[in-house]
Amino acid sequence: MATDESRFETAREAREAAAARAGIAVRPEFQPNSGLAAREKVFELKGIDVLYNGVAAVKDISLDVHRNDVTALIGPSGCGKSTLLRCLNRMNDLIPGAEVRGELLYHGEDLYGPTVDPVQVRKLIGMVFQKPNPFPKSIYDNVAFGPRILGRKDNLDAAVERALRGAALWEEVKDRLSDNAFGLSGGQQQRLCIARCIAVEPDTILMDEPCSALDPISTGKIEDLMIELKKEFSIVIVTHNMQQAARVSDRTAFLMVELDADEQSRWGRLVEYDETERIFTNPADSRTEDYVSGKVG
Amino acid sequence: MLQAPNRRWGEKAIHGLLALCGVLSVLTTTAIVVSLIGPTIGFFEVVPIGDFLFGTDWTPQFQPPSFGVLAIVVGTLNVTLWGMLFAIPIGLGAAIYLSEYARPRVRKTVKPILEILAGIPTVAIGFFAVSFILPEIIQPLWPGDFLGGATGKPFMALAAGLGIGLMIVPIIASISEDAMSAVPHGLREGAYALGATKAKVAMRVVFPAALSGIAASIVLAISRAVGETMIVVLAAGSTPNLTFNPVEAIQAMTAYIATTATGDISTGSIDYQAVFAVGTVLFLMTLVMNMISIRLVRRYREVYE
Amino acid sequence: MAEPGAAAARNRLAAAGARATTLAMLREQPRGDVIRNTLFAGLLLLSVLIALAGLVALLIQAFAKGSSALSPDLFTNPPSTAFPERAGFRPAIIGSLELIVGVILFVVPVGIGAALYLEEYADKTRWWNRLIEVNIQNLAAVPSIIYGILGLAFIVRGPLDLGFILAAGSLTLALLVLPMVIIAAREAIRAVPDSIRQGSLALGATKWQTIRSQVLPASVPGIATGVILAVSRALGETAPLLLVGATVFVTFDPTPFSPDGYSAMPVQIFNYAVRPQEEFQALAAAGIIVMLVVLLAMNSFAIWLRNRYEQRW
Repeated sequence: MATDESRFETAREAREAAAARAGIAVRPEFQPNSGLAAREKVFELKGIDVLYNGVAAVKDISLDVHRNDVTALIGPSGCGKSTLLRCLNRMNDLIPGAEVRGELLYHGEDLYGPTVDPVQVRKLIGMVFQKPNPFPKSIYDNVAFGPRILGRKDNLDAAVERALRGAALWEEVKDRLSDNAFGLSGGQQQRLCIARCIAVEPDTILMDEPCSALDPISTGKIEDLMIELKKEFSIVIVTHNMQQAARVSDRTAFLMVELDADEQSRWGRLVEYDETERIFTNPADSRTEDYVSGKVG
Repeated sequence: MLQAPNRRWGEKAIHGLLALCGVLSVLTTTAIVVSLIGPTIGFFEVVPIGDFLFGTDWTPQFQPPSFGVLAIVVGTLNVTLWGMLFAIPIGLGAAIYLSEYARPRVRKTVKPILEILAGIPTVAIGFFAVSFILPEIIQPLWPGDFLGGATGKPFMALAAGLGIGLMIVPIIASISEDAMSAVPHGLREGAYALGATKAKVAMRVVFPAALSGIAASIVLAISRAVGETMIVVLAAGSTPNLTFNPVEAIQAMTAYIATTATGDISTGSIDYQAVFAVGTVLFLMTLVMNMISIRLVRRYREVYE
Repeated sequence: MAEPGAAAARNRLAAAGARATTLAMLREQPRGDVIRNTLFAGLLLLSVLIALAGLVALLIQAFAKGSSALSPDLFTNPPSTAFPERAGFRPAIIGSLELIVGVILFVVPVGIGAALYLEEYADKTRWWNRLIEVNIQNLAAVPSIIYGILGLAFIVRGPLDLGFILAAGSLTLALLVLPMVIIAAREAIRAVPDSIRQGSLALGATKWQTIRSQVLPASVPGIATGVILAVSRALGETAPLLLVGATVFVTFDPTPFSPDGYSAMPVQIFNYAVRPQEEFQALAAAGIIVMLVVLLAMNSFAIWLRNRYEQRW
């Protein structure tokens, strides 16, 4: 994987210039190795509950997501990881009857404030889905869609190339940019979706089980990609694959399903949230230990 | 940082514009009802509703005129009856064949042909009915003087009936076939495993399971038959005749409307209002049938989806 | 050693006998059943054949009766009752074409608009949206002559008061086929998977941007097919036009807003068909042939369009 620092410089500068044009405030630079505790927070969740039609899906989630981290959400199926993820870019708004309670701050601002525009939120916080969902258009048009709707029509070619390079896909598709995206393999389609996402130049990328529909080799490529991408973006990933979380993430949150007294309703709860190494080698909670050691699924 | 750069008026405007398009359909129905009501009420101020609904003579051009709508309602039902007697067995037979017996290649050829039949303009079917079915099929085959005989009649209900029957076969066939295809294969396989023959599976398992869809298709077909104009105008005639006799000429409600409401009729005259009164009867009849059919379709769709 | 050999032979015989009996039982259905099944299948096939025979007979008869009148004159000559050998369909053909243009101009924006509203914007739990849906389903099945009454009372006279002009006929036909277009457009829009919308919205596109750039382009083939089928239905409709002014025996080329009246193919065919003379019957049949050829071409085009451009997800 090419680790070309100069292209990131250009991308960052371009992003800051574009943000300035659009009137979006840009957070100042920080030092990458200033110690994890002092790292700036992208998200601060305080007592987050998510309900669908009045029924709780997750309860009382409190954690902080730090800048340029890969933060993993792990846990058995049904514990609300994806639900929680979708709160972070307000995709839950699209589900009728969905309600989010509690405080969710994004760079210190209330993400669910009354004047907040979800469309704007999604330009800053991107998402990659479990099943690759490229548009039925050419590879070029897929990646160019984001910049086009943002009004960045000049230098489209350069932006597309930058995004495809950032997603480690450029070399494979540079000669067939006008081919239909559906002709790519599953792993390539997912990397195309990542390219599409970073072409918008968000500051955070959410990934909802991005590799679960892919073969091991594609999975490996995307995991490598994540480690590169976190230099530029903050990443929150939901995964049911513990080993993946152990491989790529800096911090891991472990969620579990909790039943009420009559075992009638169930919801997800945060059990433990810590640096990944700690979670997997010396977790504080016995439930975490049972899960990561494979004793319970 | 998280606020919208503008108030997004464009989005709201588009939402409003599209909603307007959606509302237009309600407006159309309202317009239909409104255009029917006024003259109909005017009509019933002159003609007692009892005379209208139960009178047996439809002679609006006589002095004094008689407005017994039963004559033309029965005319419509006469034609519809023969149409359904033809179309139900043929349509259902075709549906069962396509759904249970036909090989994929046969299905691929027959289904488009039925669609072609569905797309034939009714004026062409009416022409076919009066210039071929009547003289070349009914008249030669009709037994002598039975029910008054078929010879020497330029119009007859049966000719229009068979024409309408041909027109509605695709409706019954395609909706019934749709309903039968929706029956899960598991049901069929269970019956075959018990040793049932294909015929038994088709009639005892699939047919009952698809019954609401089949019923829906029949009700819809009746509604189409009742509302059909050109075939009855061309083949059934324009003499109101309260009879179910297939070899007599009759006048259907639609034919009355079509031949009376042409251009030079004066608004406010009793003839104009009579057209609307008949239109109201027609609209209500088809409305009831359509609602029943929609209910039935929803029922069969719900069961399997 | 005869005994073991005989025992073996007896066993073989017994086994063969058992096998034969079982096979016979499995193979043989009771005679009655076989006859009944074949008869049943035969009856079914007969129904299909009768339906097909009806269609074929209609086509052959139209061709037989009308071939004598088929000539280029049909397209260039105006109708004439005095000289049937020189009569044609010219004003009717032009009238039909103009009517169709008007129908398309109305039905495409309004139909797609209504379909988009119902599929993308409307909250399906609200009663007024369900009312709109039921309305459309009902309107699709209302007899065409009722639309003629609507045209007479509302468009030609009444509030719109356009008079007996071609534009009024166009609008009447448009209202008649609008439900078909809405239903077809809704299906095409619904066929676009939700993952595409989610992907677009997750990139920070607005709802309309998503519809305009992703949903609509993907549903164009389905919508186009629906529009073509609706147009072919409008082309063949006679009854509503009879009520909104297409009965005048026009001999000139009609225009959309002229008060002198207009004609259309099915109406002209009807005009000829009610005349008993052989020449007019032939003309009617010839007109039918022309219309059927046009309709067949349109429907085939619609099907080709759907097959060629349909998006497979």
